[in-house]
Amino acid sequence: MDSTPTYTRPAIALHWLLALALFGTFAVGAYMSDLPVSPTRLKLYNWHKWAGVTILALSFVRLAWRLTHRPPADVPMPAWQAKASHAAHVALYLLFFAVPLAGWAYSSAAGFPVVWFGVLPLPDFVPKDKALSELIKPVHATLAFAMAAIVVVHVAAALKHHFVDRDGLLDRMRPGRA
Amino acid sequence: MSATTRFTLTLAVALLAAAALPALAQPKAPAAAQLVAAGSEIAFVTRQMGVPVEGKFGKFTAQIALDPKKPEAGSVAFAIDTGSARFGAAETDAEVPKSEWLAVSRFPQATFKSTAIKAAGPGRFDVTGQLTIKGHTHAVTVPVQVAQSGAASTATGTFAIKRLEFKVGEGDWADTSMVADDVQVRFKLALSGLAPL
Repeated sequence: MDSTPTYTRPAIALHWLLALALFGTFAVGAYMSDLPVSPTRLKLYNWHKWAGVTILALSFVRLAWRLTHRPPADVPMPAWQAKASHAAHVALYLLFFAVPLAGWAYSSAAGFPVVWFGVLPLPDFVPKDKALSELIKPVHATLAFAMAAIVVVHVAAALKHHFVDRDGLLDRMRPGRA
Repeated sequence: MSATTRFTLTLAVALLAAAALPALAQPKAPAAAQLVAAGSEIAFVTRQMGVPVEGKFGKFTAQIALDPKKPEAGSVAFAIDTGSARFGAAETDAEVPKSEWLAVSRFPQATFKSTAIKAAGPGRFDVTGQLTIKGHTHAVTVPVQVAQSGAASTATGTFAIKRLEFKVGEGDWADTSMVADDVQVRFKLALSGLAPL
């Protein structure tokens, strides 16, 4: 009988759904910015923006769930690891909002309003301003890469706990449980 | 009076009348108005996958000969510098002069020449003419609204064109789900010297 306390089903679902979305959106973003102007590039840019806005919307749902549903208690680990994991998770939650918001602002400042899935126009919360867009572009990229770096550490740490410490950590987030 | 004198007088009157006739038959040519570049703008908006993208032409000239009280006798002609198209986005600005788009090196100008001007209400005119872009010519009718303040007039209006009719956006870019076929053209022309409405 498995007694590992797990996250709730919605938390698990949101975790993997957003993990996939974040990975895919990041990969498209990194690839598309070096492409020459073409219809393909235009498509990728728009899909990237639509995915980013969807991630932003789902992150609100995820945050609301997290604030109202306490995760299972930490598996036993040295205090510094517990602190580091909490800090990483807080940083990730901040970046889940900061990265797409920076991207949205960059798009608006560059003069390309975001139209979600080509049908729902989203407001420009910054004005069309070339100088501003040049300021925001590296912020979006840097925050995205920072998030990617924390994700790498997050995945490595999870694998270390489960396969080196053998503390069953991955079971807490395994789909199909709870 | 002698027959010769009568004949000469009749001939003189006939010649004078004949000389006067052309002046009576010919309408006075409408006065030319001047385009004031500083207060004028020609903009165009299309949609890229649903996203509105707006550009402007920075350089254009106009010949406007129009008496608003007799518009049928007037004429309007425009020459737009295609190389002056700007979107305010570096990559778009670099793309548009290329041969798939405006092909600026081959077609440095887009032109409009009116064929008919009709009154369409107070201060409103329907200007029909030939629009030539990238070597392709199509007829358009442009609704124009004119507002006057002293010697200064402002003509405004919008009209739609289909970019594919002018082969603007060829090859891969002919895909209208990428860039819509419909382009809204919006103009505001500051004119000086236009006769009163």
